[in-house]
Amino acid sequence: MFAMNKCYNLAMEKGFEIIDHTADVGIRAYGADISQAFVNAARALFSLITELDDVEEVLYRDVELTAPDQESLLVEWLNELIYLFDAENIIFNRFDITHLDNTQLKARSYGEKVDSSKHKLKTGVKAATYHMLKIDKGNGCKVQVLFDI
Amino acid sequence: MPMSWQGILNKIDDYRWEIPQSYKAGMLVPGLIFASESMLNHIWEEQVFQQVANVAFLPGIVDRSLAMPDIHWGYGFPIGGVAATRVKDGVISPGGVGFDINCGVRLLRTNLSLEEVRPKIEQLVAELFVNIPSGLGSTGKIRVSGKELDEVMIKGSPWIVEKGYGEAEDIVVTEESGCMKGANPDKISSTARKRGIPQLGTLGSGNHFLEVEVVDEIYDRDAATAMGISSSGQVLILIHTGSRGFGHQVCSDYVALLGEAVKRYGINLPDRQLACAPIKSPEGQDYLQAMSCAANYAWTNRQCIAHWVRESFVKVFGKSRRELGLEQIYDVCHNIAKLEEYTVDGKKQPLCVHRKGATRAFPAGHPDIPEIYRNIGQPVLIPGDMGRCSYVALGTEIAMRESFGSTCHGAGRMQSRSAAKRSLRGADVAKALADKGITVKTGSMSSLAEEASQAYKDVNEVVDVTDKVGISHKVARAIPIGVIKG
Repeated sequence: MFAMNKCYNLAMEKGFEIIDHTADVGIRAYGADISQAFVNAARALFSLITELDDVEEVLYRDVELTAPDQESLLVEWLNELIYLFDAENIIFNRFDITHLDNTQLKARSYGEKVDSSKHKLKTGVKAATYHMLKIDKGNGCKVQVLFDI
Repeated sequence: MPMSWQGILNKIDDYRWEIPQSYKAGMLVPGLIFASESMLNHIWEEQVFQQVANVAFLPGIVDRSLAMPDIHWGYGFPIGGVAATRVKDGVISPGGVGFDINCGVRLLRTNLSLEEVRPKIEQLVAELFVNIPSGLGSTGKIRVSGKELDEVMIKGSPWIVEKGYGEAEDIVVTEESGCMKGANPDKISSTARKRGIPQLGTLGSGNHFLEVEVVDEIYDRDAATAMGISSSGQVLILIHTGSRGFGHQVCSDYVALLGEAVKRYGINLPDRQLACAPIKSPEGQDYLQAMSCAANYAWTNRQCIAHWVRESFVKVFGKSRRELGLEQIYDVCHNIAKLEEYTVDGKKQPLCVHRKGATRAFPAGHPDIPEIYRNIGQPVLIPGDMGRCSYVALGTEIAMRESFGSTCHGAGRMQSRSAAKRSLRGADVAKALADKGITVKTGSMSSLAEEASQAYKDVNEVVDVTDKVGISHKVARAIPIGVIKG
């Protein structure tokens, strides 16, 4: 029980944790509110791709999304970031969500283009999936997403 | 401790296990898993059985929700899942194809022997590594324009062959002749296009790889001869990759779109990743046309890579392609949905067969397989994991009767990536491979640890089950001597 609490506290401090899945990788992200949990989910995503500490804030991209519900919005948000990494080679480490409700998200994400001399790329992420997708707003916010790797 | 499958599965025989329709309310048909008892003991997650059961919810599903012996926990569909739905009133599901649309395998042969290749293997692997862009974030050496990308989507690999990347014979020995008909670039988002343009002609990362391998066992000499495999010691090249970010984006786009269609059509699903739409609906047709674009992109991608493999061999061995006998044996896809005809309830009917980590396995005499293989059956290419071995097999009549012309697609994971990384270091994996006489070049050591043999089921056992069940028939086995990993 103690070990579990310790893990949980560590995850809370970091804002996210990685969960095991046979073929793919899941993440659980925490936040005092839903925006913070969405931010931590994005940080968890880029922690799979590279070392977050190696990323500097050189440029930003603005994202505006609409989706039928908040779960879909979470998947769309992460898929948009995967798209920006894949198509523009950008890795992000800071996210500023300026608006988030059940169907709309507005955010500015800061990062830089991949530089192979500086960034060690780890895992390729194909997409965020709807499998095991969860948003829990009781007692602080918690979101869970499974990525296809 | 009871195994996860006990109390769920009904044993039909040593290799057939049923998930009864009563397992979960909402299942329209039972499930069926092809596996040995010892393999079932390795399926530690009950989610696998849940996923086979969840697929049985898909409207219009016929017969059974099937799982091949390499089954493992996926998202929505299990990996190794096969489901056929009626075209007239059934659905199509992008999740039943997967993000890597037309991920598949291409096998080339040479007339070189192990003795000829072994002294040059380091040089050969280094040359292949330089010539074939691989790894996360890699971009292709060829850069297509937006208009050319449309041609790739519509025409598939024959388009790039026309540009000088390969031979007309390659097209003949490619599933669907490298081109799914009905592809429509109007159904592709601009985001998918942007991901697709830079990545054409790249191997990618994850479980994708390129392997130089040596035939070590021949089980069916006549069939092997028909495929140009003459003796053990012969060198082959296996390419495993798919539609890259282009296909991933097509799948993401359509899972979101069809998620809405599910509500419109009042479909009851236990997992949102199973999002689907009636095949005959506008949404279903749109996905089918978009999926065909991604499938054609993947065939073009493997065609480019095969071309650079040939160039690399020609350079390293100083002989022409013809002198080296660098011919294509076959190319199969293992993530796809296809409209095919099967006899169900005594009636021949058109079905949409979803193969999510499963290989088509058509028997001898089937009109859809090339004439040179018409007498033996369709070649089935089954890659194992990096350090083990891969198989060449043939499709069978039993597959037509029992598994909608499908068989397994590989070894199947049994350990998570992070668990593999916790227990192994990439450098140790590289050394273990070197000790086995396998030269490896990789862009990422951690990706090497994730893909270590220990993380996978034994492909020998997987293929043995398909052979004993009869859904494919073993022809030959090859072991790797050189590997390129993204």
